[in-house]
Amino acid sequence: MSEQPFTLDDLKRILVEAAGADEAAPLDDDILDTTFGLLGYESLALLETGGCIEREYAIALDDDTLSDELTPRELIHTVNERLAAARAA
Amino acid sequence: MTAVAVTGMGIAAPNGLGAADYWAATLGAKSGIGRITRFDPSSYPAQLAGEIPGFEAADHLPGRLLPQTDRVTRLSLAAADWALADAGVDVAAFDPLDMGVVTASHAGGFEFGQDELQKLWSKGSQFVSAYQSFAWFYAVNSGQISIRHGMKGPSGVVVSDQAGGLDALAQARRLVRKGTPLIVGGAVDASVCPWGWVAQLAGGRMSDSDEPTRAYLPFDRDARGYVPGEGGALLTLEPAEAARARGATCYGELAGYGATIDPPPHSGRSSTLRTAMRTALEDAGMAPGDIDVVFADGAGVPELDRAEAAAISEVFGPGRVPVTVPKTMTGRLHSGAAPLDVACALLSMRAGLIPPTVHIDPCPEYDLDLVLYQARPATLRTALVLARGHGGFNSAMVVRAAQ
Repeated sequence: MSEQPFTLDDLKRILVEAAGADEAAPLDDDILDTTFGLLGYESLALLETGGCIEREYAIALDDDTLSDELTPRELIHTVNERLAAARAA
Repeated sequence: MTAVAVTGMGIAAPNGLGAADYWAATLGAKSGIGRITRFDPSSYPAQLAGEIPGFEAADHLPGRLLPQTDRVTRLSLAAADWALADAGVDVAAFDPLDMGVVTASHAGGFEFGQDELQKLWSKGSQFVSAYQSFAWFYAVNSGQISIRHGMKGPSGVVVSDQAGGLDALAQARRLVRKGTPLIVGGAVDASVCPWGWVAQLAGGRMSDSDEPTRAYLPFDRDARGYVPGEGGALLTLEPAEAARARGATCYGELAGYGATIDPPPHSGRSSTLRTAMRTALEDAGMAPGDIDVVFADGAGVPELDRAEAAAISEVFGPGRVPVTVPKTMTGRLHSGAAPLDVACALLSMRAGLIPPTVHIDPCPEYDLDLVLYQARPATLRTALVLARGHGGFNSAMVVRAAQ
């Protein structure tokens, strides 16, 4: 189990792996508070992204966590909550 | 009835990527058949394929599309882009409901599906990509082309193996005639992966020769099966009058179409291919003597070759029409083969040259005027393209130079 927090860099790496990179809209630090919907990640891309995070970090995300209205900051926060809960368990 | 014109073509073939490369290779009798490189074929009885070299998907498609696409979809998306660019079509100038996509497919995205099935059994269901829900599917090429270009009009997919490529063009032609101003139609197939390979081996008609120049020999005394390949062509179809009005260059028209199903094997009844040919001629308002060249299906299986040669001789008279099988340079591309032959026929008309059938020493009893060894100069206004699919599908299409 990783002791490191889940960071924006981790999310960006997984987004590229799960949904590919968009040359026209690079993933930079400004994306933290933009919704995934506005970033161009549709439901299936988010499903695949969530699946990658679950596999790599051995946590489970709720089905309704991943929505178009979610922002990267919120997702990072949720993942870190789950990681902390898993470590405490 | 509305004349339906071909205004653009996108080609991906084992002997040429893009229309210019493909046409130069085809005229030069350059074959794309060789030992499989995409996987190690050592343990399989058939080891040759027509593979497309040098296609780097990332050079042609946005990164967002790569994780969710099989090779066949990447090739299809590139070919559709090329066809639209060739036609000089600005999709933004069309109402989305005025544009549609009709493709054919024989296997869908088998390589993607194979990878995901391997993850399923080796790691577990949570490792299977969410994109598996559509990336393997027969209709995926129509869907992805439609999404990429915002084409929301009538669309679909046809599955009838090698005949499917003509059936898709025929459906595209119907849709244009019913009033849709622009359809991307045709097929690109690609399933050179172990799963696709064993599925085809089970059919029992693949050549087990390991000599690239002697493996796929339609109409030859030594015919011993077919070599599969990957690729095909997508075409843009528009009402001829509207295309001319917008200043488009027309390669030619899809003038006639006919399709039949063969009687069951061992029924004792003969192939209905000749009926498909006659129906296509009738649909085009033409007599056999009006056809300048036949692009044969060329199964490479003796009994199928015999039936096709007999049908051609019966409709046209023995040796009365030049016949060619340029797919001897690509292998059989399943649904992709016939749209590639339609594109090839249109390029032949433009150049005044019938491309050759390569590697063949023809059976004399077939009574065919095969164009062998090198391209033959000819004045070409019309061509008949034939395609036969596994399961008894026969399709025929008359292609005519632009009026």
